[in-house]
Parts: sequence; C-alpha cells; structure tokens
Amino acid sequence: MEHVFIVALIVGGTALLSLPLGAWMKLAMDPASDRMTRWTSLFARICGTTEEQGWKRYLVTMLIFNAIMFTVTFLILALQQVLPLNPDGMGPHDPTLVFNTAASFTTNTNLQHYSGEASMSYFSQLAGLMWLQFVSAATGIAALAALARGLAGRATLGNFLIDLQRASFLVLLPLALVVAVLMVLLGIPMTLQGSAVATTLEGVTQTIARGPVAAFLTIKQLGTNGGGFFGPNATHPLENPSFWTNGLAMIAIMLIPMACVWMFGGILGRMKHATVIFSVMAVFILIKIAGSVAFESAPTSAFAELPVSTETGNLEGKELRFGATGGPLWAVLTTSTSNGSVGAMHDSLNPLTGLMPMAGMWLNATFGGVGVGMINMFLYIVVAVFVAGMMVGRTPEYLGHRIEAKEVRLAVLALFFHAILILGGTALFAATSLGQATVQDPGAHGFSEILYEFSSAAANNGSGFEGLGDGTGPWNIATGIVMLLGRFLPIILPLAIVGSLMSKRRAAESAGTLGVEDATFGTMLAITVVIFGALTFLPAAALGPLAEHFSLP
Amino acid sequence: MAQHQNTSIFSADLVGPAIRDSFTKLDPRRLIRNPVMFTTATVALLATVLLMRSIASGGDIAFEAQIVFWLWLTVLFGNFAEALAEGRGKAQAASLRSTKAELKGKRVKGDTVKVVPASELRAGDIVLVETGDQIPADGEVVEGVASVNEAAITGESAPVIRESGGDRSAVTAGTRVISDWIKVRVTAEPGEGFLDRMISLVEGASRAKTPNEVALTVLLTGLTLIFLIAVGTLPTFAAYAGGSISVPILVALFVALIPTTISALLSAIGIAGMDRLIRFNVLAKSGRAVEAAGDIDTLLLDKTGTITLGDRQATDFLPLSDVGEGELIEAARLASLGDETPEGRSIVELAGAGGTAPSGKEMVAFTAQTRVSGIDIGERKIRKGAVDAILKLHDFDAAAVRQIRSLTERIARAGGTPLAVADGTRLLGAIALKDIVKAGIKERFAELRRMGIRTVMITGDNPLTAAAISAETGVDDFLAEATPEDKLELIRKEQSGGKLVAMCGDGTNDAPTLAQSDVGVAMNTGTQAAREAGNMVDLDNNPTKLIEIVGIGKQLLMTRGALTTFSISNDVAKYFAILPAIFVALYPGLDALNVMGLSSPQSAILSAIIFNAVIIPLLVPLALRGVTYRPQSASRQLVRNLGIYGLGGLIVPFVGIKLIDVVVSGLGLA
Repeated sequence: MEHVFIVALIVGGTALLSLPLGAWMKLAMDPASDRMTRWTSLFARICGTTEEQGWKRYLVTMLIFNAIMFTVTFLILALQQVLPLNPDGMGPHDPTLVFNTAASFTTNTNLQHYSGEASMSYFSQLAGLMWLQFVSAATGIAALAALARGLAGRATLGNFLIDLQRASFLVLLPLALVVAVLMVLLGIPMTLQGSAVATTLEGVTQTIARGPVAAFLTIKQLGTNGGGFFGPNATHPLENPSFWTNGLAMIAIMLIPMACVWMFGGILGRMKHATVIFSVMAVFILIKIAGSVAFESAPTSAFAELPVSTETGNLEGKELRFGATGGPLWAVLTTSTSNGSVGAMHDSLNPLTGLMPMAGMWLNATFGGVGVGMINMFLYIVVAVFVAGMMVGRTPEYLGHRIEAKEVRLAVLALFFHAILILGGTALFAATSLGQATVQDPGAHGFSEILYEFSSAAANNGSGFEGLGDGTGPWNIATGIVMLLGRFLPIILPLAIVGSLMSKRRAAESAGTLGVEDATFGTMLAITVVIFGALTFLPAAALGPLAEHFSLP
Repeated sequence: MAQHQNTSIFSADLVGPAIRDSFTKLDPRRLIRNPVMFTTATVALLATVLLMRSIASGGDIAFEAQIVFWLWLTVLFGNFAEALAEGRGKAQAASLRSTKAELKGKRVKGDTVKVVPASELRAGDIVLVETGDQIPADGEVVEGVASVNEAAITGESAPVIRESGGDRSAVTAGTRVISDWIKVRVTAEPGEGFLDRMISLVEGASRAKTPNEVALTVLLTGLTLIFLIAVGTLPTFAAYAGGSISVPILVALFVALIPTTISALLSAIGIAGMDRLIRFNVLAKSGRAVEAAGDIDTLLLDKTGTITLGDRQATDFLPLSDVGEGELIEAARLASLGDETPEGRSIVELAGAGGTAPSGKEMVAFTAQTRVSGIDIGERKIRKGAVDAILKLHDFDAAAVRQIRSLTERIARAGGTPLAVADGTRLLGAIALKDIVKAGIKERFAELRRMGIRTVMITGDNPLTAAAISAETGVDDFLAEATPEDKLELIRKEQSGGKLVAMCGDGTNDAPTLAQSDVGVAMNTGTQAAREAGNMVDLDNNPTKLIEIVGIGKQLLMTRGALTTFSISNDVAKYFAILPAIFVALYPGLDALNVMGLSSPQSAILSAIIFNAVIIPLLVPLALRGVTYRPQSASRQLVRNLGIYGLGGLIVPFVGIKLIDVVVSGLGLA
C-alpha cells in the first residue's frame, strides 16, 4: 500500500506539476509574436542574428554548435591538470576516456567511465561537464520546439541560437536555481573548497570528497543528464542524503520530459493530441514501475541459502534508506527518461526487474530525454499514422501532412539505427574478448551487462548496469561513437521528415481523416511502440534477463 | 466485359494459368520489385544450398528439406496471389485484343473509299462507318447520326446515339454501328486508342506502383532490415552463451518475422482494386487515381442525373399579366426549337403542335455559357433561357421585370426551375421546369457526411431553386447558376484549402474542370476532350457512381492497412513459437516461454514457417475481394479494423501454429 502511495505521489505529482511548466515552456520557447519579445530581442542581440531558419540551416547551426561544445570540453578534460580550480590536484585522463566523456556529456548521455570525485577537477566538473548538462538539454528542447513549429505549419523552424538561449535562460536556469536551493536546504554540499579531512571516532583520518554538488546534481536531474558528481551517483549520501532529496530528485527527473509533451501540444495548438501522447507514455511508465516493484519484492536468489529474512524483498544493492521500492522506482524513472542517474545498483536487481530499465531504453520515448523523448515518439507516431491511416481508407495524414514514402523511409531508418546501435554493438562485444573479458558475471547475467551498456549509450541514457569493466579503450571508443550516433541521428532524421512535410500542400481535416486525439489512436500508438520498438529486442531479452530469470532455482 | 463479371476468384480457368505463372514469376528481375519477397527467395536459395551441403556431408536432412520446401512455397504463394489477381484482367485483355485484331476501316479520301486495316489509320483520317460495321478507331463523329452498340466496351447492350456536334460525338474503336451511318475523324494514333489503353490497364502491364504502395514497400523493407539485425546478431549472442544456432533455423526465424504475408499480397491488392473498378465499369487511367478517390474531401455533383432523375420536364407556362397564354406558349415553342437539350424538347412537347418556324429563321443554339436558346425570324428575336441570362439581354420594362421576378421566385420556392421567355424587348412570361429527386439520395448524402465528405451540388438553376433542392436532398452546399468558370473557381478554392475534389462531367466545357479536379470522372458518352481530361472514364455514364468510386478507393487502402496490421501482429506469436525452440538448448529454463506447449523445438519452428506460408493463400480471397467497407467515420473505421485485424492478427497465429504443431508431430514430420 505504501508503495502505491509513493508511486502515485511521485508520478502523479510530477504529472500535475508538468502542466504549468509545459504552458510556460510553450510561452518561453515559442512566444506569440507580441509577447516575450523583449527576451527574444535580447537573445537575438547576444547571438547577433534574427535569421529565420529552414530545417537544414537550423540543423547545421545545431550541429556546428555541438561540435564546438564537444571540442571545448575535450580540451578542458584533456588539460585539466594545468587548468585552475583543481584543489585536489587531479591528474590527466586517458585519451579514450576523454573522448568518451566529452561525447557522453555533449550527447546528454552522461555515461561515466570514471568516478568524478576521484579524477575530475572542479573546473572540469563545472566548466566542462555541468555547462554541457545545460546546453545539451537546451539543444534537445530547441530541437523539439523546431519540430513542433514545422508540424504546426510555420514557414520556418525559428532560429537555433535564439531557441538555445530561451531554453537555457528561461527554462533550465530558473528551474535549476529553485531546485538547487531546495537541495542545499536539504543538506547537499555546495562548495569550491577541496575535500574535507576528518578524524573518525576510531581515530582514523578520512578524506571526504565534496564540492559544488548541489548545482551539479540539480541540472543532472532536470536535464535528463544523469551524470553524478560522485561515482556512486544518487546512492552517495552527500548526493542524495534523505527521503526528501530522493523524492525531489525523482520529481526533477521526470518534470521536463513530461512538460515537453505539453510544450509540443502547445506549439501545435493541439492539447488533446498531447494528452493522448502523454497518456500513452504514462501507461508505459506505469507498467514498467508496476513490473519492477513487483519483481523486486521477491527475494534475491543470492540470499537464498543465507539465514536472512527476505520478506522485505530484494535489498541487495539498495540504499536501505529508500527500501526495496525506492530503488526499482528510481531505476524505471531514470531509464524511461534517458536520465541515467542511479539510485540503486542495477546489477543487483532481480533479473526481470533489470529488464524494465532496459525496456525503457529500448523504447526511449516513454517520456524520454528532454526534448528528444518527444521527438522519438514522433517517429513512432509517423509509423502509427501510416498504418492506421490506411486502415481508415485514406492516404495517411498526420495533422494534415501527408505521410508518404520519404517520411516513412526516414522514420524507419531512425528506428533501424537505434536497433543496430544496440544489437550490433552488443554482438561485437559479446562475441569477442572486447566484451567477454570485461564482464564480472558468467552466463546470461554477463550478457545483460553488455546489452545494458550499449542500450544505455544508444538511448543516451548514461546509467550503468555495472558489473562491467567498462573503462577500457575499446569500451570508451565504442560507446562514445554509439552515443554520438544515437544522439544526432534521431534529431537529424525527424527534422528531415518535418522539412519534407513542410514542402507539401497541407490537407484539410474532416471526420474522414484519422483522428489523433482519441483513445483509439492512443491504442494504435501503443501497439506501434511495442511492435516496432520492443519486439526487435525480444531475442536479446530472452538471452539476458529472461534466461537468467528462468534459470533461477 | 459484362460476360466476365461473375467469374469466381478460384475458377479453374484462372487457377491453372496462375499456378504456371507462379513459377515464371520466380525470375529475379520480377521478384526484385518486391524487396521482401526477393529477400525471402534469396534466403530460400541460401537454405537450399545448405541443404545440398547437408545431403553431401550428412545432417538433419528431413528437417532441413521441409524448411526449404516451405520457404519456397512462401515465395510461390506470393507469386500465385499476384498471378491470380492478374488472371481476370488477362482474360478480359485477350477478348479485347481479338476484337481489336479484326478491325478494318473504310478510309475516305476525296470521293474514294478504301478498306484498310485499323492499324493503318492515322489521326486526322476520315472513315465511313455503316450499318453493321465496327468502328475502327477512336474518333469524333463529323457527319451523320447512328445508333451504336457499345457492348464490346461497356457490356451494356442497349444502343446509344452518336451524332456530330454536341456532347455525344465521341466514338470508340471496337463498338458497332447498328443503324444508319456516320463519318468519323480519327483522333487516336494506332496503339494509343481507348481500346489499347483498356487492354494495358486490365492486363496490369503498365501498372506502376502507386505512391502509397511505394511508401508501404519502404516500411516493409525497413522492417525487414530491422529484423535482419535482430536475427543476424543472434549467432553472436548464442556464441556468448556457449552454443550455436544452425543457419536453416535462423533463416526460418527471419522469414517468419519479416512481413511476408502483406508483401506477398501487396500487388494482388492493388490489381484487385483496379479490377473492382473495372468490373464496376469504371476505367481508371492509373492506380494513383484510385487511391486519390479514397482521399476525396469534396464531391461536386451535377444536380441533373445525379441528385435528380434524369431530365427536368416543363410543367407550366406562366405568362405576365398583359400577355396572353397562347402568345407565351408559341414563343416558348419557337425559342426551344433550337434547344436540343431534354428540357428544350420537353417545352416543345408541353407546348403541343403549332406552326413550323417560318422561312428566313435562324436558330440560336443553347450553350452552357449563354444559357439561352432562341430563334431569329427576320428582325424578331425570340429568346428563352435562365432568367438572369434573359434579363441581361435587354433593359426590359421595370414593371415586367418585377413581375417576372415574383413569378420565378414562386417557381423556385417550390423547387422548380424557372425559365424566362422574351420576344425582342418584351418579356412574355416564365416556364416552370420540375426536377424529380432520386429515391434514397438523401441517405447517401448523410452517409458521405459521416465519412467526412462534403457534397456540393452544381446546378444551372437560380439560387432559390438550388436552395430548395439542396434542402430537400441534404447536400452540404450548392453552386447555383454555375458556369464552367464558376466550377473551376470552386475547385481551386477547395484545393487551396487542402481538400481533394472529385467531379464528373461529359461536355467539352467540362474538360478544364475535369483536369483541375483530383479525381475527374468522364462519362463515356462524353466528348473526346472530356474523356482525355478526366482520370477515370465511366462506361455506364452514371454520375451517381462517383460515390461508389470513393468507396472503392477507400476499400483499397483499408485492405492494405488491415493486412499490414495483421501481418505485423502475427510476429508476437511467431516469436513465442520459435524463440524458446532455438534457445532451449542454451538455457533449458527458457522452455517457460513455450506458452503454446509445442511438442518439440523442430516441430515449433516448422509449424511457424508452415503457418507463415499457408496464411498467404488463405488470405488471397480477402485481398482480392477487399475488406468489408462501411461508410462511417474514420475513428469507427479504425476501431473496427484494429479490432478485427490487429487483435485477430495477434490471436489467430497462436491457434494456427498450435494446430499445425499437432498435425506435424502427429504425422511424425518433426
């Protein structure tokens, strides 16, 4: 009963909060011509342009901007030993790790093959990584706003540099300030002083890592980044000290991805359509939560032989402060939203519980990353509309845009890439010593560790199943490439679809056209997500979590 | 064509050739048009090669041979579906071709008449066609009147009149003159005539993929690629688990997962859609036009013949107060002598016998632009026509104009059509024409509205009459006193609002509007210009058919969508049949996924692949007939089809595979 209450409070409460935020995001990102113009003109002055961009210009600007961010971060990380703000004297990194980390934070993934407190200087954490946590999230919001403008029938997609500032200064920064202050009040450190040195009761001298944690962790959650200040992420007592910080963090994880759906609907002027999309996403997330909480209430097989009480469920790898429910709940939320911060050891989850986070990353659209989750859902919408459109006896149309060969090709290509990045990468590492030598566990569980790592990279999630020696050169390079492709292809292809739609005559809607605002369409969309998103991964799931589960004594 | 209409789908004379064709269609150059079936054939070939190797080196030959057998059968079933769909067209084409081969024409050059084979006739030649002759080439009647039997084209044996001038001047090669004679100017070069086009259409030879078909092919190919990744990575996964999966089994899984069912039936669905239209006696010039018909948002319907029964009849003469009834009747009669429209004739009829027109007369024929006909007898100009058209002719006496306005209003309010009659500068009175609305038309319009299609009635009537009739019939809108320019304007306006417009027409002045509309149905009796401009030709000349044409277009797309949904939903059951069968050797616990309780791994794989093959011929009748189409709103349509084909596609294979497994293991096949 307590589980249900916590889930309802966190998920339901965030859904309610997302409504006003979504309305504000619509206003901020896509101001009606005479409102908010002061902000727009300020941003235009800063970036020195008011150019109205078509889909290609918008995309090219975005890619150039991200390329620059990647390069700058690469240099900061590579040269951290000679740069300021390094009170603990952190040394240089391995080049492949620098590549992996720069790719990881540019792509909003925050897959971490390092432990922040042990190897990153404050300058690297703040100027390199935290900066990217803001702009990568802002890039996602901008891309979604552009997509929605195109679908709404505007002549252009807007201006990327202006959108980027709107998302950063009007959405992310104010929200991060509020949440960070709350986090500090709840006891999370925020300091630029080096590690504290303490003498314990036993008389041992202990070095306690600290730093500007509150600022870092706030944007990590809000921007679906997920990269922790500390290696253990949100299981570290200074990154997540109490029930209240835990709850607040979970709300922060889902808030903007949920609000993005409302922003999308707002720009389209189709709130009913947004409600249908939101409902489909919510159903998926609730199924995953219900599944993981139920599966995790079973005791872990590791303790089967031990004389311990198991009626509280599987507590291995959990923060005892949050219990057997808090861990799996966090695991589902963080993987459904492409966040990737962790609140429990995923490696220790019961096999079927571990399947839920993986499913979240395979679909990558049940709220998904900031901005990009909704963009991914758009791909499923294109496919669903195409099949459903034929079933109502018309050339398929989405909001009056005819879906034809070109759009279908681009949408299917994006889904194809997602599959090949995950399955292809897993195949390469599972079949060779590249992966086999790095897994900690034999058999199906070890396979899950590899599968999870590539799912996390391709979905730009960033959480680790762990139990994997993923700090090697091949892992750094492979996941780095997968993250970059997994980030930008699902932005390039949908924007190309919108570009193609914008060049066509828009059709009028009537009772004869496919409605996208009713439960029937929601059902169709959900089926499409299952068949095109999940079914592809069923064989891999069978050999990983399912095999492990059914092999349990 | 009528004689072929009731051929059943599986009649012996169609199935035989179709089976033969299934093999000739294995030609890779033809298979490549359908990427999914091409892929299936490729992996079947691969499996065959591996079977040869197994035979040489020893292996589970019986099992592998069965897999190879069913893989090839999958491809052949797909070919069979297409061949069967083409079959009916081919039979029709053959009979049309024999008609064409026999054609000879009497070419007229100066005073000489020479009999030449039709293939030597060029556009511009004049041919004489007499009683009993077949018309050798498409053309325009330039002289004479004849009754023509067009059964060879339309299947309708009642003869029609063809005469020079007006809207009934077009004649078609292969039709037969049964009385009198005509001279015809040939308009089509050899090989480009209507008959040739019809042959290639029914045969499906010139069938290009429609845009929607291309898009669906892209989706299915993409899905095939995704499953290629899903299946292609399995050996490495198995290797990690310390096992291996044999190639024939991988091939079986791959073919079971890729959307072979819809791909096998795809072209059959398209051909059958065209065929349905042809059997409905409508010729679409392209598959694209059939698809567009399903997308129609606005139907422009001519009132006469579509909404009201045939022709209006004159019912009353209403003279002005200072005009004698006899004078009006006589003037109306004289003015209508030059009006060959049914209305004009009905006025003459109602007026009864009278003196013939005096000598020195000159007839002014009725045209759609002037909407006036009349007669000039010396200086005396008698005119009758649409009221506003008559009133524009002259600045008539104001009191008379007021009177005529109140008369016409009275007629219009009653749903009749008023005409005005004037003799020179003097208005004489009005003629009332009465329309009879077709039975059941109101219900049809209500149906269309539920489907989201707007109907616009096009009429030459004045707005009052049009309003009365549109209220009576329930059309959504009307265009009164419509000129061809008005129609063109209306179509452009609808299209700029993102709507697709369909209309039908027959006259030369309809040609621009037929060309502008997204679906233009020309009447077969219409002029050559109209037939060229439209993208469909209705052989029965029945404008009401436009409504059914929309239904046929929708049905085509729905069939495609429904079978796609069915095909893709099948994958769930196939996964549950094959995955545990493959993996149980690696992880015995995975037998828990064998929810169907299939008897053995081999039997499970074989049953899935057999189901995958036999579902194709089982669905052929549905593909050819089309899914049941009911005029209803899109959301109800979706609920219905999703329920039947989505849910059905989920459940049917579970039952089917289990049943096949019982048989397969019972027979000891695996």
